[in-house]
Amino acid sequence: MQMNFNEERPIYIQISEGIEDAILSGAFQEESQIPSITELSVNYRINPATALKGINILVDEGNIYKKRGVGMFVAEGAVERLTFKRREKFYGNYIRNLVDEAKRLEITKDEIKTMIERGFEDEHRD
Amino acid sequence: MSIEIKDVSKNFGTTQALSRVNLTFDNNKIYGLLGRNGAGKTTLLNIITNRIFADEGEVIVDGIPSKENDQALQKIYMMSEKNYYPTNMKIKEIFAWTKNFYQDFDMDYAKKLADLFDLNINKNVKSLSTGYTSIFKVIIALSVNTPYVLLDEPVLGLDANHRDIFYKLLIEKYSNFPCTIVISTHLIEEVSTVIEDVIIIRNGTIIKNQSREELLSQGYTISGKASSVDSFIVDKNVIGTETIGGLKSAFILGSINKETIPTDLEVTKLDLQKLFVQLTNA
Repeated sequence: MQMNFNEERPIYIQISEGIEDAILSGAFQEESQIPSITELSVNYRINPATALKGINILVDEGNIYKKRGVGMFVAEGAVERLTFKRREKFYGNYIRNLVDEAKRLEITKDEIKTMIERGFEDEHRD
Repeated sequence: MSIEIKDVSKNFGTTQALSRVNLTFDNNKIYGLLGRNGAGKTTLLNIITNRIFADEGEVIVDGIPSKENDQALQKIYMMSEKNYYPTNMKIKEIFAWTKNFYQDFDMDYAKKLADLFDLNINKNVKSLSTGYTSIFKVIIALSVNTPYVLLDEPVLGLDANHRDIFYKLLIEKYSNFPCTIVISTHLIEEVSTVIEDVIIIRNGTIIKNQSREELLSQGYTISGKASSVDSFIVDKNVIGTETIGGLKSAFILGSINKETIPTDLEVTKLDLQKLFVQLTNA
């Protein structure tokens, strides 16, 4: 899990999204243990209270559960729930920005469509 | 469990170093005490640890006034920017001496950290570089296990790798053995993610004292074409601006109403460093 914090948004949100990304990519599998608050804090040089606040978003949404004295685990069904959540936000996060930038650059709807085709065909992207 | 600073004032001759400072350092939190050079950070820490006395006001440690009170002072370890250790003393002798005064000092851990930082504990203080002078003091601060640890410019002279190790060790230590940590520094960017609460001191007066998250959510930055920024900020509480060519950024305190922001302007979060610079500019 690689994270480069930016100053745009609160760090606890970035922590929770970073863990969501790791769950979605399969790096943290359902029912597997995720790093502890201490490990996250030390690794990313952040205050443990910040890390906890980030984790609690995932706990509140039922995607992470805590086992007392053992650690934190990815809940069953987390991938499906997170996929749904991200899809809901896809228009606002990506399409809106894409269209705004395209308008500034006077890129037409058809040109965007061609680019999207190209994006799907390009297999060398990772 | 807390350190309470009540109405503390201090003058050096005609210079007022601290003016009616009221602060509380609560149990098990990491504080950033931020101020420009000469703002009064070190004076405040020196008063807390009884190295100098306040002209007015008092410091209460866990309910007991700290003035000339060894019991209160044993709960606090202060890492000073200045070196107060005898310069012909060997590091290992300083470790042993520290153990005498602070009984919970963990000698094994200190030796382990010395290895980690490649510090030879058979050297004496005067033979150390600026960086290693900071390192041996940092090692003591991390090993001393007092309920309160005050760090005055802890990363002075440390290279990037050593700073990284230090911050990680500090967080690890804090996670495993929670204590109250006060980091006094003018290097804001580095401590920004580490601290929970921010205290900003300017010319001897506390001007901000709140959680970092809360402080940063009280404002925003708006940037874009200078003329558009100028017309947007007329009725806003602007704490500062930066202009480069025809582009302008304005730092604004107040809540943000996304609907009212013109499409040619960009909104970003305030960052601690910028906020600090704007708030403490003369």
